[in-house]
Amino acid sequence: MARLLTLPPRAGVGFKPEHLPAILQDVRQGRAFPGFFEVHAENYMGDGGPPHRQLERLHADAALSVHGVGLSIGGMQALDREHLARLTRLCARHAPESFSEHLAWSTHDGAFLNDLLPLPYTRGTLECVCLHIDEVQDALGRRMLLENPATYVTFDDSEMSETEFLAAIVARTGCGLLLDLNNVFVSAENHGFDPRAYLSSFPLAHVGEIHLAGHATAPDPDGGALLIDSHDRPVDEHVWALYREMIATLGPLPTLIEWDNDVPPWPVLCAEARRAEALLTREHADV
Amino acid sequence: MFDAGAFVQALRHPDAPLPQNLRVRPGADATLRFAVYRNNVMAGLIDALGRNFSATRSIVGDEFFQAMADVFVRGSLPRSCLMHRYGEEFPQFLEAFEPVADMPYLADVARLERARTRAFHAADVDVRDPSGLTGFSPDRLADLRMRLHPSCEILSSEHPTVTIWRMNAGESEPASIDPWEGESALVHRRDDAVCVLCLAPGEAAFMLALQAGGNLQLAAAQGSEASPVFSIEQALATLFHARVITAYLHEDDAHD
Repeated sequence: MARLLTLPPRAGVGFKPEHLPAILQDVRQGRAFPGFFEVHAENYMGDGGPPHRQLERLHADAALSVHGVGLSIGGMQALDREHLARLTRLCARHAPESFSEHLAWSTHDGAFLNDLLPLPYTRGTLECVCLHIDEVQDALGRRMLLENPATYVTFDDSEMSETEFLAAIVARTGCGLLLDLNNVFVSAENHGFDPRAYLSSFPLAHVGEIHLAGHATAPDPDGGALLIDSHDRPVDEHVWALYREMIATLGPLPTLIEWDNDVPPWPVLCAEARRAEALLTREHADV
Repeated sequence: MFDAGAFVQALRHPDAPLPQNLRVRPGADATLRFAVYRNNVMAGLIDALGRNFSATRSIVGDEFFQAMADVFVRGSLPRSCLMHRYGEEFPQFLEAFEPVADMPYLADVARLERARTRAFHAADVDVRDPSGLTGFSPDRLADLRMRLHPSCEILSSEHPTVTIWRMNAGESEPASIDPWEGESALVHRRDDAVCVLCLAPGEAAFMLALQAGGNLQLAAAQGSEASPVFSIEQALATLFHARVITAYLHEDDAHD
């Protein structure tokens, strides 16, 4: 069976195993299904067992997006070859419609820090990130999407903006981009820039997927806010506003609702996805 | 080039100076900003450890587990980005961690939890039912070897580890344990569910011998040596019932 290797321009959700019974009940009752499911690659890298059967079951009825959090593409050290081989096996086994990773690093000297850490945007780091993306795309035999990060600090030694850095990566490697609008909003608030100005300089023509998620807000001593990319609540209204503007500009794109902590019951997650789907459908009808 | 090592040093030690090249918006507090990363790393890893050792956490309580996991995480950052593997060395850590010295069973409960997680992710291999034995003539049964499912792990403990685990995993009601005796367990996966079977005396030695490739005669001898009440019939019934045999082999079989 040949599958088209691209996600449908619909709303998808991050898959949580605790939702599986409710998802299967929806299938039995003929309810509308999310356009795709996204999973974290690292949770499906065991040799066997239920996780792989769950993926097979989901993929029978919906497109599948594999989203990595452990490759450390933004790290300055060589990629972990063993991990890349595992990822290659996972993608060969499940043939997902999309693979994406982050512009961030998480491993240093063999220690995994379990967070998406920031990097300065310099000619040197650009070189390194591009080599890593080439290596991943060569190993997987496909184009990957790279996600813009949510950050809490920037670096004195950065020589270019984040959007210039991303545009240079796209030009050098041919990869696509995953535009996380919550990350744009979080970084914009944290660093005091205009998210719309950021988006106007973003290489939008190369966006293959959009992420939406909720964030937490803490006070900053300067009277402003410190936003944290927590994925633990509904999408913020400011982020929905950015989303409406984006799809009005770009047309319908695969859109993921990410909700990884304090995971809500399935109907609550579905309602968020339906909200995105309604905007996508309206946009589609307008085209 | 970007010095990630300095960033990592500052992440690992809350009192370490911040990396020199950080920038934040005017008026914002760089320490507070950097603390988001410090907190993400520690909280994320402590959570991952707590998920992998939920019964251990239940035994000591959430607050104590947090504090204990903090010590473990700082000394043992993961060497893999697969979080289900995190904590392979946690049982040894518990054996040496002085504040839990009065709970000598805790490390074995953690070992059982480790085995359950490995069983969950173990490779899929079809199991054979006992009818696979019909081709073997009775006089050759002593030479018979069996391959066990990749999810199978056999654990022996000086403590009633299975009973303690069950009470703290919500599988049985908490009650006083009497008599306080050692227990052995077969951990395996069946129909996508991870099972923990408490083994009769001698069965653990029997199964370990089979798992190591020994034939039935040798395994039975190991079982009898471990316990005078070992019964090979009962041990085989346990294996058949658990549905963990993936191949019946003879010494002269090159392949199954």
